Amino acid sequence: MIGIEHYLTVGAILFVLGVLGIFLNRKNVIVILMAVELILLSVNLNLVAFSAFMQDLVGQIFAMLVLTVAAAEAAIGLAILVIYFRGRGTIAVDDINRMKG
Amino acid sequence: MIQAIAFYFFATIVVGAAVMTIMSRNPVHSVLWLIMAFFNAAGLMVLVGAEFIAMLLVIVYVGAVAVLFLFVVMMLDIDFAAMRAGFSRNAPLGLAVAAVLLAELLLAVGAYNAGGLTLGSPDGSAMQAADASNIEALGALLYGKYIALFEIAGIILLVAMIGAIVLTFQPPKPGARARQDVGKQIRRRPEEATVMKNPEVGQGVEL
Repeated sequence: MIGIEHYLTVGAILFVLGVLGIFLNRKNVIVILMAVELILLSVNLNLVAFSAFMQDLVGQIFAMLVLTVAAAEAAIGLAILVIYFRGRGTIAVDDINRMKG
Repeated sequence: MIQAIAFYFFATIVVGAAVMTIMSRNPVHSVLWLIMAFFNAAGLMVLVGAEFIAMLLVIVYVGAVAVLFLFVVMMLDIDFAAMRAGFSRNAPLGLAVAAVLLAELLLAVGAYNAGGLTLGSPDGSAMQAADASNIEALGALLYGKYIALFEIAGIILLVAMIGAIVLTFQPPKPGARARQDVGKQIRRRPEEATVMKNPEVGQGVEL
């Protein structure tokens, strides 16, 4: 029988894969953004799993909020990427030091 | 039994697609694998009865976000081979961090299962009624108790939209083509703008 721990395990694996993606593709901002989407997907999976197994719909409401924020983040991130590429002609994140932070 | 088979099917594909997303050489392939991962995650959510979130995932991610990614990947003219230069150099550290993280998360799941943690139990106010569908119950909750959250989500989307437009908008260069001259448009009379013609059959119209 499939229990909550199965879902949590899948969520954990997805989260770790997202973090690994950020480490492996340190130069490529697009793949980093996709890895962030994977992390948010795993969060959503956990929220929905807890919501379903604890008979409480609030988890699904919050999953919707996470979905909204993820979509907004993707839009803003890609917009920043586009203007950065327009000015520099590259998207290698290693070289980004314009703000001298 | 069928539930277990479906779960392992979806779970295997979602993990495999996630691996391919981060390992793929071509970012276009990465986006396509990401779409695959989202479809199968939606399948996992359908399995526990969260149909609405699953459909939302398919509509929002596959329909909007993934297409956005595809457009950006295809619009930028980048040498993606050079982008992967640090791939093997970063791999040991990344794998180490990932292994530690996975161990921690699985430990947390184990602790939860062993009863070491007590979560607050739901007060029953957000329980799905037996005769209500998932969408019905979610809608009652979303437009009732959680209306503030709903409005905040709308504001977040509005800010994101305005932000993306402001960031990428390029004002037209002065003297560029396609300038609008409102006075000229208003001065235009029907007589000088249109011509009545009555051509013979098969003759056509000469402009």
